[in-house]
Amino acid sequence: MIPAAFEYRAPRTVEEALALLAKHREEARVLTGGHGLIPALKLRQETPALVVDLRRIPGLGDVEPLDPAPPSPRAAPPDPFCGGPGRSGGLRIGALVTHRALAEAPTVRSRCPVLAEVAALIGDPQVRSVGTLVGSICHGDPAADYPAVLLALGARVLIASPRGERLAEVAEFIQGPFETALEPDELVLAVEVDRSAPASSAYYKVRRSASGFALAAAAAVVEIEGERIRSCAIGVTGVTTRPFRAHAVEERLVGALCAHGFPEAAARGASDGQSVLDDIHASAEYRAHLAEVCIRRAVEKALSRR
Amino acid sequence: MIHEEAEAVKAPRVEDRARVTGSTLYVDDIPFDRLLYVEILRSRHAHARLLRVDAARARAAPGVAAAITYADLESSTGSFPLAASRVDDLRQPARSFLARDEVGFVGEPVAAVAAETRAAARDALEALEVDYEPLDAVIEPEAALEPDAPRAHASLPDNLAFRLEAGLGDVDAAFRGADRVVRLALQSPRLAACALETRGAVAQWLPASEELILWSSTQAPHLLRSQLAATLQLRESAVRVIAPEVGGGFGSKRSAYAEEALVAILARRLAPRPVKWVESRRENLLATVHGRGQSAEIELALRADGKILGLRYDAVVDVGAYHPSCPAAAPELTAAAIGGPYRVPASRVSLRGAFTNKVPTDAYRGAGRAEATLAMERVLDAAAVELELDPIEIRRANFTREAVFRPPTGVALDAGDCPSALDRLLSACAYASLRGEQEARRNAGELVGIGLAAYLDVCAGGSSARAEAVVWETGGVRVGPAGDVEVFTGTSSQGQGQEAALARIASEILGVPPEVVRVRRGDTAAIHDGRGVAGSRSVAVGGSAVREAARRIDAKLRSVAAALLRVPVEYVERVDGGFACGGRRVSRAEVCLEAHRAASLPADTPPGLEELVHYPARGPISSFGAHLAFVSVDRDTGEVRLEKYFASDDFGRVVDLLRVEGQALGGIAQGIGQALLEEVVYDESGQLLTSTFLEYALPRASHLPLVVCSRGETPSTMNPLGARGAGEAGAIAAPPAIANAVVDALREFGVRHVDLPLRPEKVWRLIRAAEERGD
Amino acid sequence: MKYPVAITVNGRERRGEVEARTLLVQFIREELRLTATRVGCETSTCGACTVILDGSPVKSCTRLAVQADGSTVLTLEGLTPGTDAPLHPLQAAFCEHHALQCGFCSAGMVLVLKDLLERSPAAAEREVRAALDGNICRCTGYQGIVKAALSVSTVTSGPAGGPGEGRA
Repeated sequence: MIPAAFEYRAPRTVEEALALLAKHREEARVLTGGHGLIPALKLRQETPALVVDLRRIPGLGDVEPLDPAPPSPRAAPPDPFCGGPGRSGGLRIGALVTHRALAEAPTVRSRCPVLAEVAALIGDPQVRSVGTLVGSICHGDPAADYPAVLLALGARVLIASPRGERLAEVAEFIQGPFETALEPDELVLAVEVDRSAPASSAYYKVRRSASGFALAAAAAVVEIEGERIRSCAIGVTGVTTRPFRAHAVEERLVGALCAHGFPEAAARGASDGQSVLDDIHASAEYRAHLAEVCIRRAVEKALSRR
Repeated sequence: MIHEEAEAVKAPRVEDRARVTGSTLYVDDIPFDRLLYVEILRSRHAHARLLRVDAARARAAPGVAAAITYADLESSTGSFPLAASRVDDLRQPARSFLARDEVGFVGEPVAAVAAETRAAARDALEALEVDYEPLDAVIEPEAALEPDAPRAHASLPDNLAFRLEAGLGDVDAAFRGADRVVRLALQSPRLAACALETRGAVAQWLPASEELILWSSTQAPHLLRSQLAATLQLRESAVRVIAPEVGGGFGSKRSAYAEEALVAILARRLAPRPVKWVESRRENLLATVHGRGQSAEIELALRADGKILGLRYDAVVDVGAYHPSCPAAAPELTAAAIGGPYRVPASRVSLRGAFTNKVPTDAYRGAGRAEATLAMERVLDAAAVELELDPIEIRRANFTREAVFRPPTGVALDAGDCPSALDRLLSACAYASLRGEQEARRNAGELVGIGLAAYLDVCAGGSSARAEAVVWETGGVRVGPAGDVEVFTGTSSQGQGQEAALARIASEILGVPPEVVRVRRGDTAAIHDGRGVAGSRSVAVGGSAVREAARRIDAKLRSVAAALLRVPVEYVERVDGGFACGGRRVSRAEVCLEAHRAASLPADTPPGLEELVHYPARGPISSFGAHLAFVSVDRDTGEVRLEKYFASDDFGRVVDLLRVEGQALGGIAQGIGQALLEEVVYDESGQLLTSTFLEYALPRASHLPLVVCSRGETPSTMNPLGARGAGEAGAIAAPPAIANAVVDALREFGVRHVDLPLRPEKVWRLIRAAEERGD
Repeated sequence: MKYPVAITVNGRERRGEVEARTLLVQFIREELRLTATRVGCETSTCGACTVILDGSPVKSCTRLAVQADGSTVLTLEGLTPGTDAPLHPLQAAFCEHHALQCGFCSAGMVLVLKDLLERSPAAAEREVRAALDGNICRCTGYQGIVKAALSVSTVTSGPAGGPGEGRA
């Protein structure tokens, strides 16, 4: 219950924060909402010498519309499954944006309603008051909700360091349970979604009964053209050591008639080739099965919203 | 005292204002001067030799006032005496408050540190040096009783902790003569009580009066006082135990714990500074006693028409590494309660306790009866399926018709009236339309199930004909010269609200509004004897004691009034605000004042208005009823949704309806937790896997439907109030009702039985196995 | 090293010197001696420590005191300043509907529901139950708590406000 002793700083600028991280490196931890770091401190799973609190840095608490701009030379090529005609601009979600703010922000609800849907399901009202999207993905819990929808949206992480800024795909950024690609002297400033998501997007989650974390969950972003599925992106979380895109399933859905619903057995083997989690909450076999169920139900829910 | 559903009976509890504004003080809230904080170092191994415990560095750590190991326990006997038990072959391995040379479970206390701040105590734990030599641990109770099992304790020849056999009639003949024998194997896994307030205690030694005071989040302050006095080698009169506001107990705070002794020992050493220990939730899940823990096999011998001829129940009880200070309480109650409200002409119960390298098991809401009821209600449903009988009809055919009957353990029970309770249930839930809804939804492809469970709860002890100790409780009433009323009770409260019921009993007899009655409980200095809370008897027995005391006070008031009015006492009537005879009256205020002033009392009317009663229960008190659960199962995920729940209970004459309903609903919620969510899980080496609320799943508001309750009021003949125990029925009836409903839901898969908890993966596997078999 | 903090608690600015590792709940309970806010777990699961921080319900066990420097906190005690202060309607409803037994969870329950009903005055049963996802009660089975909240909610009874179903 009582953390090991540490020191605390609340810098007022990003530069100040970066300077602290550059100086203390692995001995420092960054604090946003606290629902990832503080429980770990209390159980003494984390024993940093310094905690760097971002709450005093202005500008990190905003959800900004992100309208299409020429791709920067350092950005990875856009995900072909997340493109499509007729979609307007995306979003930049600052490091201090809480789950509740995300769930309620008008720009999110109009441009990416599925992201608002996920944010509203995280934890409980108290967690949503202070927990942040950026904090969540930096914490890297394999049972977190956001990774599924961020993968399906092709989201990217905006990272600052003494070397400048870089954008990383979420799929590369989350490397494993509680492991990210963040260097010790790097700071995540925001998560960016390039373009808005169609209304035919949805999230389906099976909750762990004790904590409400995802036992298995899938986010489906479905592009529809006329009567058929033009393309879709399906992100899965809770099931594997790393969240993943169910590419094989996505391919089977291309061209499918919306009115026919989810094709029989199209989700079979969705987790093949992935490292499926096996623990006190569920066996690997059950999780793999739930992945298929969640994928099907997410797609069906998405189609019902077209 | 019969109450209709008048507003008065639903009056809010006076003490609730303090609770709802946050001003009540639990152990961790009480302000003390110069407090020292204690942290406990606990064994990391399930079974190990303790080679060395060195506290030297810890003693030198910043802020540390003391660090103790086994060697520092010389001021005590080192362990609590075991209460008398009625089981056979009771073995207790050597045990001490801090392990001496062997540890028996992960979490067993090894050393303790007292320091100026919590943080300093916590940090100092890391300076304690301990060397263990791990030994083989035995984790599964059935395996523990195998001949070549590793021993849970090096000092014992095997792992047998006790034996309990009971029986009635010729069971073998019954089984030989049966048309059908239905057999079921069942697990009741360990559960954690999870009172929201964890355990905690503050001890202070007062050198001036040579007295120890202990504040503890305990259910039984008097029992704890006796235990502490015995182990600390003090007179009981030198020990005072206070249970302040206690945040839940459910059985887990009934036995005396090592940590309570340790703070007392440290307080003696560090006198006069008070010493406090408060448990973390991790410690609570690890080192507070668990409940349940039975693996059973039940067999029913039946006629083809469903009539029960005989019953056998064999179970292994997961005792844990040691007996708690009241050993084998739950198993005794299983033996007393098996057979439930049914006529069972011949029965045999055999329970064997197994030591395992885990924390001890002890009472938990519905202790022993939950296991018995689960087995009986499940096997009846299984029998109904096999004999192609309706589950309601097989129960009706077997309900006892006697008013009093004897279960295998031989102690007579008030059998209640289950047939009426069942009728009430079926009416309240509109049973026919529920079955109609089930059929319609099944036709649409849904998995929908209805399950019911009838129960007869054995409360207030009454577990065995071999009982030497009778169940009793104290109750006292004092009226002051200004007429204020104090009620004293030896029961204790962890939120059940007995105070309101006891105040009401006294106020009705004395003719005063309940708000002028103050109830004192939980302090051994305020009331000197008591049994605390266990077995749903606070009102039935504790209330009967208060009733008797109040009646004596009332009689005394009349005598004093008679003296003031100068008439024989038989002619005195109570009137509004006082007493009267003919045209003359005297006010209550005058009577109370005179009782203390004693200016004109006759020689045969001594002064004072105070009575204390030790009230013995005439016998075990029972409550009874029937519950019904309506569930749906998601065929793809195995998730169970509890859609509707109906409870029909009979708690006899109810003194305080709000309180009784609260107990019923709370018990049902815990029963739902047992059915769908909760299970203590260890790995093969004895490490606890369900060590936080992230793994041990407790019911939340969104897990539960609105429960619909209906009530009968069949007075108990076992106490003058006619009250029956209300506290545990829900926890007893809900698990079998839900288990039966899920088996019903899975009928199309030919599933015969499911063990609790009905976690989604477990249900999914049953469905899949059936699908693969081609069912 | 100690850090100065200034936190407005129940309308009054309170100052203190804390270690960085001191949790807000410890500051509230031990420095300020406001003990209605309670600790029931270490994993941010039980909600007994809930306070209203800068207008939102927050688990004070998952907040450092230094993180709350400059913030405004409402604890349960703040609802009834003074022993004779009238009860907040929710508190009165809790008493009337037997929404508490041991009372350990009550501070968290009352504050979360106060926040819910301020944001969503016509909350119906399902929304009330979902709002309590972060609060455990072991005694009551939640029914009295839900009824208390619905009695304060302006929801009209009928199918929309009718009984919900339980999800396991």
